Amino acid sequence: MSEMIDQQDLAAQFGEKPEKPEKPWQATARMFYTNKAAVFGLIGFLIVILLGLFGPIIFGADPFDIAGKPLMEPQDANPLGTDYLGRDILSGVIYGARPTMIIAITATVCATVIGISIGAIAGFYGGKIDNFLMRFTEFFQVLPSLVFAMVIVAVFEPSFLIVVLAIGTTTWTPLARLARAEFLKIKEREFVLAARALGAQNIRLILRVILPNALPPLIIAITLRVGTTIIFEAALSFLGLTDPSIMTWGRMIGLSRDYFFEAWWTVTFPGLAILFTALFIALIGDGLNDAFNPKLRRR
Amino acid sequence: MTNKNLLSVEGLEVHFKLKRPHLFASQPTLYAVDGVSFEIVRGQTLGLVGESGCGKTTSGLSVLRLVEPTGGKIVFDGVDLRSLGADALLDMRKRMQIIFQDPYSSLNPRQTAGDIVKDPLLIQKVGNPKEREERVSELFTLVGLQANQKELFPHQFSGGQRQRICIARALALNPDFIVCDEPVSALDVAIQAQILNLLCKLQEDLNLTFLFISHDLAVVQHICDEIAVMYLGAIVEKTNRKKLFNNPRHPYTRALLSAVPTRRSSKKSNRIRLEGDIPNPVNRPSGCRFHTRCMYSQEQCKFEEPQLVEKQPGHWEACHFETTNL
Amino acid sequence: MKNPTLKSENTVLSVENLCVDFEIKGKQVQILSDISFSLERGKTLGIIGESGCGKSMTALALMRMIPSPPGRISAGRVVLKGEDLAQASEKRIRDIRGGEISMIFQEPMTSLNPVFTIGNQIVEAIRRHKDIGKSEAWKEATDLLDIVHIPAPNRRVHEYPHQLSGGMRQRVMIAIALACEPTVLIADEPTTALDVTVQAQIFDLLNEIQKDRGTCIILITHDFGAVAEMADRVLVMYAGHKIEEGTLDEIIDSARHPYTQGLLRSMPEIKVDPGDIRESLAEIPGVVPDLLHLPEGCPFAPRCSFVMAQCQDLPHYMDLGDNRSVKCWLAQEDSRTKEQA
Repeated sequence: MSEMIDQQDLAAQFGEKPEKPEKPWQATARMFYTNKAAVFGLIGFLIVILLGLFGPIIFGADPFDIAGKPLMEPQDANPLGTDYLGRDILSGVIYGARPTMIIAITATVCATVIGISIGAIAGFYGGKIDNFLMRFTEFFQVLPSLVFAMVIVAVFEPSFLIVVLAIGTTTWTPLARLARAEFLKIKEREFVLAARALGAQNIRLILRVILPNALPPLIIAITLRVGTTIIFEAALSFLGLTDPSIMTWGRMIGLSRDYFFEAWWTVTFPGLAILFTALFIALIGDGLNDAFNPKLRRR
Repeated sequence: MTNKNLLSVEGLEVHFKLKRPHLFASQPTLYAVDGVSFEIVRGQTLGLVGESGCGKTTSGLSVLRLVEPTGGKIVFDGVDLRSLGADALLDMRKRMQIIFQDPYSSLNPRQTAGDIVKDPLLIQKVGNPKEREERVSELFTLVGLQANQKELFPHQFSGGQRQRICIARALALNPDFIVCDEPVSALDVAIQAQILNLLCKLQEDLNLTFLFISHDLAVVQHICDEIAVMYLGAIVEKTNRKKLFNNPRHPYTRALLSAVPTRRSSKKSNRIRLEGDIPNPVNRPSGCRFHTRCMYSQEQCKFEEPQLVEKQPGHWEACHFETTNL
Repeated sequence: MKNPTLKSENTVLSVENLCVDFEIKGKQVQILSDISFSLERGKTLGIIGESGCGKSMTALALMRMIPSPPGRISAGRVVLKGEDLAQASEKRIRDIRGGEISMIFQEPMTSLNPVFTIGNQIVEAIRRHKDIGKSEAWKEATDLLDIVHIPAPNRRVHEYPHQLSGGMRQRVMIAIALACEPTVLIADEPTTALDVTVQAQIFDLLNEIQKDRGTCIILITHDFGAVAEMADRVLVMYAGHKIEEGTLDEIIDSARHPYTQGLLRSMPEIKVDPGDIRESLAEIPGVVPDLLHLPEGCPFAPRCSFVMAQCQDLPHYMDLGDNRSVKCWLAQEDSRTKEQA
């Protein structure tokens, strides 16, 4: 019985108001910052971003340069050791941050645009359009996405753009389903009907009225998507299906996979970089989830 | 030539086709509104009363073409609304507005109160930014909100204040006609009076015409000039306020009136109690739609549907009999 | 005590100076202040007030179901047949809930579990408090459905909640509440979600049950009409205070507290002969105060049109005799005259 009366209802019932008017996003931000794990994730993620932006400038060494003997253990000259060609692992990890993040983020943006557009249109218009778009989505869902992405990259030249598109076009389906569900739910609310009564066009209803209300769960899903995309890209790189002129973390692991037992450092450090970045993003996503969840707000 | 009636609705029908229960079944139809006719005189209020599922809200929405009618005629100030194209309808929307029941769900939680009230002006491209800002302030004063509340979000207002925001939004484009869909039933009693008084005052000051949809006969009696009682998608009785309460004719109207709780204990005896629930509008009864619950039901009622006819001057009823004398 | 409640032989439940505190944002907020009333066998007490006035909280406090933390009963007694529930053990309270005191809620849709048949749910309620066999309990469940006038109970008992209409669901809720023959039945806005004609049926049913079984009913509502249908006595609440108490006729015909008067006047009432002109309704200005920032003294003072200097102090309960009391300084004069006489 007691779950019937949760904290927020109580607060609302007693007309509790924040001392000064607080915008919804401010309340969300406040919740986010009180979550230690989320702040840790955010700081970690910012460090990765800064490393990607400024790392190559500070550490001048090119990751493709031969820096010493092959397969050197970590020592003074090469703190994380060298790979089978004698390239420095540390500069690889530092240089790898930028392309890894760029691919992960652009591929996620690509998946987001496709997913939300299809989900929004399906949910908003419903009926036959919804039926068609959802069958289309299911078609993509039943294909194993890694295999599908491999086929795309294999058919075309593995360039940066193709890799981004391959990842984007194979990972949008969960976002489309989520966006559709949110649209179906929100379009029934009366404020949407009120906007229609004022003469608002469908495009306005979709973009200005419904989408902002559907964003919280989508933002969480998109954030988590970035983490999985990093892993997805690593998998493609590991199989050697990405642009050979770009040094990503996944590619480093892929190139060194034969030397794992002789030289653990060649795969461990790029692997840790992937692990931590994905972890930071997951922590951020979790923090956002709690922050957007109104039941936990105003604790 | 200006007509006395601002709105006249003739044989309005809204039938929803439902999903087939299985592949070979015939497609069921929900008769939400099934041949409803009424007129509203300029500056007056018509009340549409009935219980849930009687089609009163669907009638209100379809009059504004927010739900597409499947049949009938809606003439608003001489214009047949059903014949209008998208652009003409958009233009017409300036003149007809709606206020919803639930002020919690009818305001976009992501917009400030000021933006909500400004929205109609932006959608209809009225004025420049400065004029729009002034109009919003004017509307806030009109409905009794403070100008400094413009920056607040809906969740920071009480129920009554939220309904004021809804009213301000509906008034933004200077409409002639407003559909009020249960505007006070979600509010606390003490707040209901505030909103009803506000609506009455605005109607007089701005010469508004209302279609007032409600299940609450006391509220309807208070605010409406003419009243139509609906049951399962059709009007069963229609007359002015005085006649309806003084001399209710249709058995359903009388049952409805006697079901309303009164404060006076003396009236508790001598009541008409309806048995059972409202039938499903998908399988509506044959003949008179009320015959399954009517205490005067005869054989004829099961087969023949009574038409809404003028039984006394200005007093319309859909019943085969004169049940008031029974 | 400040507020002596007259006790008679028939008193089943008496609540004495009940206070409930909530901790909100580290502050102690009193959400029920000094509530007292008593309930006699076979009678109905109506508790009326606007949302947030504490009427539902009073009901929850009786069953010790206040969410805790943040809430707790900070003072007062709830005496059911001589036993103080505020001090009873957890185990005893669980027996009381659904046994001696049971409750029906506003939303019959959400208070029934959608994945079990209604029979299952009634049987579960019966067997929780009574030591009887399954088949016997099912028979009893069918009988209960018959008592609440559900047609064809033998068939209905195997149906799921979604197969029933709103009115039927509320009848099932009442059947569940009756399963253990409670002494006190708390009905929290039992008809608010229902249509008028169905609402009338439910009131008839509750009245009938009360007559047959002598159950005490506490009706919690915002609607004076509903109170008038059911209640013998009425308690008016505002911002966690009991501001007025009396018999139904006393409250409706001669309300003493300005809030009760305002509430009565602000509600449109059906007249057989409505005039031609639309009169404007009396309004109570402003909104219900926020319990975190209550004014000093009388909580209604900021909205009251009779406010005076004295209202800066919280009024006592003015006993007007015969169990009628008002918490307003205006009534002081009258109670003084009464005392002298």
